[in-house]
Amino acid sequence: MSTDALALPGTEIASRPIVSRLHDWITTVDHKRLGILYIIYALVFLVIAGIEATIIRIQLIRPHNDFVSPQVFNRLFTMHGTTMIFFVVMPVLFGFANYLIPLMIGARDMAFPRLNAFSFWMTAFGGLLLYFSLVGANGLYGAGNAPDVGWFAYAPLTSRTFSVGHSTDFWTLALLVSGFGSIGTAINIVATILCMRCPGMTLAKMPLFAWLNLVMAGLVILAVSPLTAAQIMLLVDRYLGGHFFDTQAGGSAVIWMHFFWIFGHPEVYVLVLPAFAFVSEIIPVFSRKPIFGYSVMVGATVAIGFISMSVWAHHMFTVGMSANANTFFVLSTMAIAVPTGIKIFNWLATMWGGKIEFKTPMLFCIAFLFQFLAAGLTGVMLSVAPFNWHLGNSYFVVAHFHYVIVGGILFALFGAFYYWFPKMSGKMYSETLGKLHFWLFTIGFHLTFDFMHVPGLLGMPRRIYTYEPGRGWDTWNFIVTIGVFFQAAGILVFLGNLLWSYFRGKAAGSDPWDAWTLEWSTSSPPPAYNFASIPVVKSRRPLWDLKHPADPDWNYE
Amino acid sequence: MNATSMAMAEQRIEWDRPARGRVGMLALIAAEAAIFTIFVVAYLFYIGKSLAGPTPKGVLSVPISYTICLLSSSLTIHLAAKFLRLGSLLRFGILWFATIALGATFMYGTATEWYRLIYHENLTIGTNLFGTTYYSLVGLHGFHVVVGLVTLAIVMALTLLGNVRSEHAERIDVLSLYWHFVDAVWVVVFTVVYLIGR
Amino acid sequence: MRSRGSSNLRVRVSQVIVCTCGTAAAGFAGTAPPLSPTNIFAPASTPAKSIFGLSLFVLAVTGVIFLAVFTLLLYSVVKYRKRKNDDGLEPPQVYGSNQVELAWTIIPILIVVALFMATARVIAVVQKTLPPNNAIAVTAIGHQFWWEYRYPELGVVTANELHLPVSNPVHPTPTFISLLSADTDHSFWVPRLAGKTDLIPNHPNTMWIDPQETGVFLGQCAQYCGTQHAKMLLRVYVQSKDEFDRWIQQQRQPAFVNDAVSQGQRIFETTACINCHTVSGTVANGRFGPDLTHLMSRDTIAAGAAPNTPENLRLWIRNPNTIKPGSLMPAMELDEQELDALTAYLETLR
Repeated sequence: MSTDALALPGTEIASRPIVSRLHDWITTVDHKRLGILYIIYALVFLVIAGIEATIIRIQLIRPHNDFVSPQVFNRLFTMHGTTMIFFVVMPVLFGFANYLIPLMIGARDMAFPRLNAFSFWMTAFGGLLLYFSLVGANGLYGAGNAPDVGWFAYAPLTSRTFSVGHSTDFWTLALLVSGFGSIGTAINIVATILCMRCPGMTLAKMPLFAWLNLVMAGLVILAVSPLTAAQIMLLVDRYLGGHFFDTQAGGSAVIWMHFFWIFGHPEVYVLVLPAFAFVSEIIPVFSRKPIFGYSVMVGATVAIGFISMSVWAHHMFTVGMSANANTFFVLSTMAIAVPTGIKIFNWLATMWGGKIEFKTPMLFCIAFLFQFLAAGLTGVMLSVAPFNWHLGNSYFVVAHFHYVIVGGILFALFGAFYYWFPKMSGKMYSETLGKLHFWLFTIGFHLTFDFMHVPGLLGMPRRIYTYEPGRGWDTWNFIVTIGVFFQAAGILVFLGNLLWSYFRGKAAGSDPWDAWTLEWSTSSPPPAYNFASIPVVKSRRPLWDLKHPADPDWNYE
Repeated sequence: MNATSMAMAEQRIEWDRPARGRVGMLALIAAEAAIFTIFVVAYLFYIGKSLAGPTPKGVLSVPISYTICLLSSSLTIHLAAKFLRLGSLLRFGILWFATIALGATFMYGTATEWYRLIYHENLTIGTNLFGTTYYSLVGLHGFHVVVGLVTLAIVMALTLLGNVRSEHAERIDVLSLYWHFVDAVWVVVFTVVYLIGR
Repeated sequence: MRSRGSSNLRVRVSQVIVCTCGTAAAGFAGTAPPLSPTNIFAPASTPAKSIFGLSLFVLAVTGVIFLAVFTLLLYSVVKYRKRKNDDGLEPPQVYGSNQVELAWTIIPILIVVALFMATARVIAVVQKTLPPNNAIAVTAIGHQFWWEYRYPELGVVTANELHLPVSNPVHPTPTFISLLSADTDHSFWVPRLAGKTDLIPNHPNTMWIDPQETGVFLGQCAQYCGTQHAKMLLRVYVQSKDEFDRWIQQQRQPAFVNDAVSQGQRIFETTACINCHTVSGTVANGRFGPDLTHLMSRDTIAAGAAPNTPENLRLWIRNPNTIKPGSLMPAMELDEQELDALTAYLETLR
């Protein structure tokens, strides 16, 4: 936090005691501080879930390996998936949204600062609850027992009969609690964007970052709630003797799948839309052009939001739905590829005719474009139901969704870290270390996730703690595991860069990238009140207008 | 103060944005509506699928009068908010109290219904699919009524202490949005459980 | 303008590309040395072949899209990079173009329509096929962590290794499998024979196989079902009609009785074994574990987790967790002599 702005020349301000400063952070309702808390929380869990993935891959480096037991392996993949989605990617995206939205729309804070704090602490508590299962869920010999039902926890595996002890309950409660946090943040984002924009910033003039997060928040409201409902039903089954998913009493295991995926599919759009938001802000600045087709990008985003609520059963093509149902979901899933493809073309057109600077944020965004293209196309393959009857539940799916989440979302996130780190910390990161991180991670990513598609095509299902030799899977699994170590090295370089630059980096100034949105008009880091006076804007790029008074955007939009 | 913050020219423009309390409450209502939808879907899906035990037709009796109470409370809260905006604190207080009373009566009705079902008809949440879905859906709604009653009671207490005035009308409007939502959900639950399901 | 010479070059280049891809595809398809016994691109049964044809179409379409957009992305990143001798001015600020947006909306929609229609056709072919009169009917019941197979019309109950007659295009004899589950969700996936279909309790499913070659086809459970999901393996034996009939006849016999192993049989019948296992013609009538009447007719034990040898069998009985940790069969705490006798008895169940 910058106290420099308030310092009178010739005076010194004594550092406050650490307890007092910690207390400030714990009780803060400032969107910037909460944003940073979300981000740090997510980074801690990124390392933990990354270690879980590393152990998984070591176990799978060769057939019939015994690095971990099947019981431990099953807990590892459950915790890895649950942690990454709910306690890494969602928090870090909420963190960036919290930090940047008020700054970008010219507001002083989010609409409901106390709800903001409450939502963060609910999410944080949910993560701690999930990991408390290691200690608290009575397993064998009194040891703890993490949940082992997979991140989508299909019934009836989660019933009392098949999931003895409390590990599943920790999974359920952790997601229920953090779900309330997510819904709270989403309500806050919607209210902030609709009600707190600065004068002149109509919805058609706000940054795409705001639009994408608005639609994301709408999806959270509509999609996390079904998960909350399903979790309540599961608790009723497990604790009150209910029969929602009790097949022995006439209940349906399939209805859990429907409820889960009605959440689960829009959830992946919740994860990816903010990634699109990062890319939509970074690519124009480093191409030195405005985003191509702003209105179409908004329309495509809204279309994606709507269509995403109608595709969920493409996760259930093998469950035995009727031919007509399968056909419908093929159509809706293929349909969503159209607006998504349009976005890729618009980013391409933004770079086209520009002057591209290959700084670290842009490197990650360019890699995003290539990788998200590939991920989207494997998604189209998966949407073809008969092909899905092979590829579903195989390593092809695992490769596909990691391609989206790591190759797409995480790369965009790294781009965002490097792009906004100067604003948040006031310091520049090391460009050399940034590029080193990029290349290490990209090599590792492709080693792991390109080759991971092949075992899927050769019949390897997912969630298996070991596999048979002689099925042609061995070499591919080996290469996949090697890639993990490059990625781990990249992450270490990344974290080192963040830390080192925070303490030793050069001063960044308020606008190191010569960018055009409102957050770059404040100091780095911004003062607590964000803006000395609330800005008034006339176009989508208010700083372009100020820097080019002879040729402002509002003549062309 | 801050050397690098841009000073933008103040311009006189019309700038209308919706009130954040209202938008926030509507967003919360959307989320709650999604939760209820899933419970309603489960209820509808499981109609007629119980393998044994009491059936809706056999044990449910349509709670007409309690429904009338709850739906009337929407009217009383609406009028209360109107009177508050006009500054008639006494009428506001009376109608607000009436809202609470009607809501509490509805909960009393639910409680007696459940007592009868559990102790006389042997229908519990674990009896069969009907029991599970019925108590979950009606119970979730009842929970929301109770939460509403608690917030209404807090406002009642503040009113009696003289802290509620006509400038708070906007907040009362936001709260009454929640109450209207709870009533609307009851219309759906009533239809699904007592009309369609029987 | 294109000259004849350059169009010959184009033809040559495209020939080379097709040959390379074809070889790769052939490698995948198993005409080259087989990459894998579970390769989805080496179909040996009608539904798998339908899927294979569709998948080639889908791969071709998505491949072309990928190459086209990849090339454009690469081109833009190279051509529009900021040069060292840059003049420092901003490039032309272009905000959009309705025609371009329309073009790259319409073309993807058309591609989607084509893909959708091809897909809908194959869905109908696979899901709406009804069993002909001479179809073999099998009921597969998924358990944690083994497969139960019943042939209701032929009077056979067995486990883990499925035998089917080979079919042919002229007189097809497909097998229709009813999929049920005794506990949690499973999925039947033998890639060379068909796409996977799940086994879900209280939700019966049907799938069909129409194998065109004999042989042993491998697969495994493809829906996470608990600790030993990984070792719930599948072996499908597609045999000639005669061999299949012989196998059926043999499976219908009650268990061999052999006095030499009566001690082992007594141990089997007085320890808890008969609570879970069936040996037809004896008092053993349990349904929780696999039917053991013709255990020795199988190549593997524990749903493919180990080859069916006397050593493995003995090891399994002594402590299933050594082969399949987390399996639901308990270790029966037998001593060495009892283990020998029991193994000898089971070895007679041909």
